Amino acid sequence: MTRTTARNGARSSTRTIVLRAIMLTVLALAATFALDPFRNYQLAVVAATFCATAGLTLLVGLTGQLSLGHGVLMAAGGYGYALVAGPAADAGLGGVGRFALGIAGALVLSAVVGGLLGLAGARLRGPYLAGLTLALVIALPAVATQVPGLGKDQGLGVPFEAVPAPLAGVMVVEQWHAWIAIVVAAVAVTPLVVLRSGPAGLRMRATHGDEVAARLAGISPARVKVTAFVASSVSAGLGGAVLAVVAQNVGPGRYSLAFSLLLLVAVVVGGLGSVGGAAVGAALVVLLPWLVDTVVSGAGMPADLEQRLSGNLAVAVFGALLVAVTVAWPGGLAGATAGPRARLARRRRPAPAPVLDPDTDPAQEPTSDPQPLTER
Amino acid sequence: MDRLVLLVSTGVARGLVIALFALSLVIIWRAARIVNFGQAAMAVVAVYVAFAVHAATGSYVLAVLGALVTGALLGLAVERGLMRRVPGATPMPGMIVAIGLVMVLQSLLGVLFGPRHRPMSPVFSQSPLYVGDVPVLSRYDLFVLVVALVVVVGLGLLFNRSTLGLQLRAAAVAPEVSRLLGVRVPRMVTIGWMLSSAVAALAVLLLVPTELGLNAHSADVLFVHAFTVAVLGGLDSPAGALVGGLVVGVLISLVTGYASAGLAPLAVLGLLTTVLLVRPGGIFATKEARTA
Amino acid sequence: MRNHATTPTPRRAPGRAPRPPAVRAAAAASAGVVGLALTACSSPAAATPGIDDETVTVGTHQPLTGPAAAGFASISAATSAYFEHVNANGGINGRTIEYVVKDDGYNPATTQTVVRELVQEDEVFAMLNGLGTPTHSSVLDYLDQNGVPDLFVASGSTTWNQPEEYPNTFGFNVDYVVEGAALGQYAADQDPGAVVCVLGQDDDFGETFLQGVELALGADGVATYQTYSTSNEDVTAQIGAMRKAGCEINLLATINGFTAMSLGTAAKMGWFPQWYASSSGGDYPTLVEFLGEDVGPKLLDGFVSANYLPNSPGSDWYELFQQINDEHNAGAPFDGNTVYGMSVGYLFAEALAKAGEDPTRESLVEAVESGELAGNGILPLSFGPDDHAAYDGVGIAVVSGGVQDFVDATYRVDGDTVEAVEPEPVPLEDDGVPTSD
Repeated sequence: MTRTTARNGARSSTRTIVLRAIMLTVLALAATFALDPFRNYQLAVVAATFCATAGLTLLVGLTGQLSLGHGVLMAAGGYGYALVAGPAADAGLGGVGRFALGIAGALVLSAVVGGLLGLAGARLRGPYLAGLTLALVIALPAVATQVPGLGKDQGLGVPFEAVPAPLAGVMVVEQWHAWIAIVVAAVAVTPLVVLRSGPAGLRMRATHGDEVAARLAGISPARVKVTAFVASSVSAGLGGAVLAVVAQNVGPGRYSLAFSLLLLVAVVVGGLGSVGGAAVGAALVVLLPWLVDTVVSGAGMPADLEQRLSGNLAVAVFGALLVAVTVAWPGGLAGATAGPRARLARRRRPAPAPVLDPDTDPAQEPTSDPQPLTER
Repeated sequence: MDRLVLLVSTGVARGLVIALFALSLVIIWRAARIVNFGQAAMAVVAVYVAFAVHAATGSYVLAVLGALVTGALLGLAVERGLMRRVPGATPMPGMIVAIGLVMVLQSLLGVLFGPRHRPMSPVFSQSPLYVGDVPVLSRYDLFVLVVALVVVVGLGLLFNRSTLGLQLRAAAVAPEVSRLLGVRVPRMVTIGWMLSSAVAALAVLLLVPTELGLNAHSADVLFVHAFTVAVLGGLDSPAGALVGGLVVGVLISLVTGYASAGLAPLAVLGLLTTVLLVRPGGIFATKEARTA
Repeated sequence: MRNHATTPTPRRAPGRAPRPPAVRAAAAASAGVVGLALTACSSPAAATPGIDDETVTVGTHQPLTGPAAAGFASISAATSAYFEHVNANGGINGRTIEYVVKDDGYNPATTQTVVRELVQEDEVFAMLNGLGTPTHSSVLDYLDQNGVPDLFVASGSTTWNQPEEYPNTFGFNVDYVVEGAALGQYAADQDPGAVVCVLGQDDDFGETFLQGVELALGADGVATYQTYSTSNEDVTAQIGAMRKAGCEINLLATINGFTAMSLGTAAKMGWFPQWYASSSGGDYPTLVEFLGEDVGPKLLDGFVSANYLPNSPGSDWYELFQQINDEHNAGAPFDGNTVYGMSVGYLFAEALAKAGEDPTRESLVEAVESGELAGNGILPLSFGPDDHAAYDGVGIAVVSGGVQDFVDATYRVDGDTVEAVEPEPVPLEDDGVPTSD
């Protein structure tokens, strides 16, 4: 593809992206009425996780930077929210003002952490960046314990967001939190989609494909990488803020290494580089453990076996999925649902084939195949 | 001063095990350009086998052999059965498959053996050797030290003084050229995996008696430290793994002793960040082009 | 209407523990709105969830997987076994108890999910013995806002004892202050001039325990305070520091694994001071398992620990629990966790029996607050309208000749004072199945 077509495509598609995002958001909001409180809670968690996976899929899929510590960026958002919204509540502030201030706090803190990581990422190659992000995620509990004001291992409390008066007659708090999560996710992810389909996305792919060539074409790989990291981090931070609101709490326990690895599972299984895949992946990592658990406890096994299977089985399924998708199905679920014709075309031709897919993100520009892992 | 001696000697003992494990990561990186996130889980599987051997025969030597052989076989199986099928020229797909492998292995171990720690008492007396009146290293620590040094020297000889070692290095650095020169590159990769997994299994076997005992998560922290060390030293550098392991081991011990246990992970993160800022390819990085 | 039926009206204003009045007012205002909304929408016929004529369903969150599972997974199995025993004997007021155990892997995020699932999907009558300070803290507000009785939390944090903030939450473990104070006092009574040191976990557990020790010994009574982190399985540096400081009695706020590791590490240095451990890390069978059958009993001779449950070999309760363990728990290893888990079960059964023929969530909480529960501890329960902690005192147990049993030393903490008291063990009646009278 050439740069001109991509740019034209980008200009005309930005509007489409926003329109489709609004449509999807409204649909999702309406769907919450069909769900019971627990499902709405799960939906809120999925939406928050989606914020993080959308950013991560962009980072890993487009720029090829492997972050094993994306949970830390979510934590940064959560703490940013709590650190601002908590004192705001103490000062008697409530409602939209307090929420907006909290979100601003989440944005600032996650952008700062993401920016610093991006600067590191611009200097470090693959495994070295992975190593640094791994050390960071391991150090998170120590940070929470040692830095005063972060509430140690119990974390910080987050003010309760009650259903606003005009809606109080029609919904319970779980549904309201799902609404918050959906709207924040839309606000977080739509810019990523625009970014991805525009010239910035092209620069990211170029940098990933061949850094030297990109530099010759006048692109600064360092700047591209930092941009990608900040964009991805801010989105994850918003997700973290939502989780903090829903849980009324933010602490280091949630953002363990296992959680960060699950985020990676989500984007790989969903299809690296595909925002729609990131949504599917987010739903998978939230719902699969619950589903497996339900199946296990419904199967009527001996208590001892059930206890051992509980928890472990879901992890085994995730691991197997990760291996299977990477080995057999490099496009992930997004690639697999792209239709046989596209897959055939991709197999025949070395260049990525056009993919148009209703299940993937609304912004799929015509020439963007979900980047397979093998892409170089 | 006594304090310092105690802390440094403890740090050295722990650091050597970290170094040994980091070395296994370096071997595999040199052979196959992959960071094997599954290394710890594979090693734990091998140590479970060693435990079974120990329980059945009562012989520690046979247990060590069991760990080494199982480790090597696992390396073989994972490379032939899994990694060879992973597409791609970049390290990322391999790393992701390895992460999947950890999840599968750890959860299966959890299902099979449950969450309890299985303690293992060390073969050698744990009573210490004194320098002055400071208890320095236990006989077991000394044993670990000797084993680690033997392995490091042995691997050094293998890589630098033997034909096989030369082929291994050649296959890793320039696979195409090596193939033209008659080196069986795929076989070299497999040997690298087997060697690496066996060393990792040994490291975990040495570690377990000094900790709570064996369960599926026994080597998690060791892996994190070792990966940090390998990155710190430069993924290509065995010397870097050794030095890095000792530095990190002593650093953790000193920070725990003079400040607090909670600060240790922060100190490790700080060290890693500082080193990578100055040398993005690790302390002993050689050619930049080879690191990605 | 499912949306509304499962969410009962909040009983009071949601608010976080440490917030000043202004916020509470704000929170109360917003909660008032929620309250109105929910009242408006709740279906009127909503019966008490989780209870009918045949069964009572209670739920819990426990670490069954992950690193914390090693120390705690056996607790809920023991509780389940005790409930099977009750059910086999006709249940409580004709109702059998169903115990829904959910794995949270000691991860607060998972705790959030499984507790919501228990409340909203499984519609439990009450939460019982949710395990862990960081995990259970994360669902405290949720349970409170939904009016779910949150009984006998498995942690010694003082967080659970806030009747004003969390009227439905009750602790089970004696709190860490009491344990620290009792062990400190015992040290002073045994050897008044000894150098006393503390090794603690680097969180709430260690810090609160230290406060207790200082309550008994004064602020300068502790020669050195060392901490460890569960993520680093090595305490050589800490033990070295304590040895250097000339410690003679070491007080431990450690979990079992790290108690064993501390003793083992000190022995490696050829150092054999006295060890006093809290009830969370002083279980003899578990420690022997960690240290090995060969050296364990030797190292542990004279080992001092605190406990408040009938963990006394040969006692009626102990023998009953062993029998239940054989019959209903497939003869799993019998240790402190077993006694703990079954004691939790007994206390719940007793509360349920006292909550009336047709218990409601309110009557269950009232039964606990009434002060009429006896439990099965070695001291009377301290529950009351103003006190949501189960025990305010502990007995001292010492290992002698391979048997860990109580000695003639029991302490209670009342405000800022530690006093020696006589134990008042509860006699076993009716095969350990409580009745309503």
